[in-house]
Amino acid sequence: MKRLRRLKPGWGILPVVIFLAIWEIVARLNLIPGQIFFPPFSAVMQEFYRLVANGVLPSNFLSSLVRVLIGFCAGSLAGLLIGTLMGWRNLLNKAFSPLISLLYPIPALGWLPLLMLWIGINELLPIAIIFICSFFPICYNTATGIRSVDENFVQAARTLGASDLRVLLTIVFPLALPTIFTGLRLEAGMAWRVIIAAEMVAIPTGIGALLMRAESLIRVDIIIVCLMLLSLMTFSFERAFIYLENKLTHQWS
Amino acid sequence: MAAIELQEIQNYACRGINLEIPSGELLVLLGPNGAGKTTLLNVIAGLTEYEGSVLFDGISIDKLAPQKRKIGYLFQDLVLFPHLDVASNIAYSLKAQGWPKEKVQARVEELLELMKIKHLASRYPRHLSGGEKQRVALARALAPSPQILLLDEPLSSLDLQTSKYLRVELKQLQRKLGITTLYVTHELAEAEEMADRIAVIQEGRIEQVGRPEEIFFYPANEKVASFIGAPNILQCEQTRSLDQGLAEVNCGGMNIILPYDGRPIQRIALFPRDIYLSPLKPPGPEINRFKGIISEINMFPEGVRLSVKVKDNQLLAEMPYQVFEDLGLRKGQEVFLILKLRRIKVYPGESR
Repeated sequence: MKRLRRLKPGWGILPVVIFLAIWEIVARLNLIPGQIFFPPFSAVMQEFYRLVANGVLPSNFLSSLVRVLIGFCAGSLAGLLIGTLMGWRNLLNKAFSPLISLLYPIPALGWLPLLMLWIGINELLPIAIIFICSFFPICYNTATGIRSVDENFVQAARTLGASDLRVLLTIVFPLALPTIFTGLRLEAGMAWRVIIAAEMVAIPTGIGALLMRAESLIRVDIIIVCLMLLSLMTFSFERAFIYLENKLTHQWS
Repeated sequence: MAAIELQEIQNYACRGINLEIPSGELLVLLGPNGAGKTTLLNVIAGLTEYEGSVLFDGISIDKLAPQKRKIGYLFQDLVLFPHLDVASNIAYSLKAQGWPKEKVQARVEELLELMKIKHLASRYPRHLSGGEKQRVALARALAPSPQILLLDEPLSSLDLQTSKYLRVELKQLQRKLGITTLYVTHELAEAEEMADRIAVIQEGRIEQVGRPEEIFFYPANEKVASFIGAPNILQCEQTRSLDQGLAEVNCGGMNIILPYDGRPIQRIALFPRDIYLSPLKPPGPEINRFKGIISEINMFPEGVRLSVKVKDNQLLAEMPYQVFEDLGLRKGQEVFLILKLRRIKVYPGESR
């Protein structure tokens, strides 16, 4: 135990390396009888390099990334704004919360057929899906976070002469940040999951579309490249928010 | 500094409270939990609904929002802002009032100095000890130089040692700043030490207002007497000065030795818990030791109270139930009493 703890953090990569090695050996030696769709890791990496070199992967990746970024930013900003208002003013909470409670449970992808007809098949469609996917949970988390800030802090700030707006901006919102970040972090990963599904079903470009084309061409190596890229993106998006949250709140929370 | 006047304050916890606190006074609001002490502070701070009127220097402030009342309020659980460091916590009110940066900094420095917490300026509240938090919270409340200071059980969360030390400091600070202060506590000893005057509050009503010794020696009614611990109050005559700051007085046939500061002694008070009982004659010199007969035994949740007849006096003694069991005391039994010398309270000057 003690020795393990002394290992440097970089050693966390060790299990991954072992896994890749086993994969390579199993595939090369054909250890799974009858399985013909199982390329070794090295072949997948070669394909990865080829896809990057001929520009297919970067262009599809970029389309997905742009959709996620625009949809997620717009959705979370709107969610933050409405959620803050709902959390801060009871009247607004009463007005919005029944509506949101009814719309929130609809899975983001459930909107797809409707939006395909309303918006049509164009760049706005995946962005709208991501917007919906981010908006509701973040709105909900923000409202909850703001409402759960101890009323005593608000009263203390009031007696110290702070106006309503000042209390909101300097006390309530910062104290709600941990809850808000939980929503942001989960949704940052979720956005990638949803965009892939949307691209697989309805949109001809992006990583999801590339996945589907690879399937019809029986290119398992391309499928695995896409999956690895997805794993990496989802992971780094969530990490980015963990980092940001730590940066903003670790000194006090 | 502002004088406070409360007129017929009514709400869910206050039942018609009238109270006047002259400018610069430290008034202790003393009462059991749930008596309405905190609610009354919240009324003054404007944090809760009420009927009636609050006046500062004769001017009604009922219509003023909390942020306009210019009050320093030290909450019971302090509520330091966890996401701000000590200096920013203290600076909060100054920034809210739009002070220029340099002035804010100078004032924060001044308060850090005053509260002796300069070394804590860049720490976050979660890294502070109880006593340090207390100082920071007080510095924050005092930052905008409020006219009025409300302190809600400010020392209750601290260990006894720190609490005693801070009490003295707090009192000195209040004197120095001359700030009108309302100090809430349920601790009798704390009230006695801090107060210019004490207001005893029970079930949303002020039962008595007076100097600490008035409360102890002339409790206005049964409720007050029982809350402050039903002291035995004895009329005394014939003060005879002894050496070493002591005197001997005669109270209803009992010769009692007690601390003496030269003024005539008219009444003494002794709390039931400061009288020891023993069925056997205790060893040691015959000072403040008496023989009596147990005339009544009453059980209370906090212990057993025994009424003991000594000479012309009926004295009330209190002990934990376990001790009572161990001693095996019965009604009508002869017992020996010891009065704890340093716990005897003396009411000096003219009796009324």
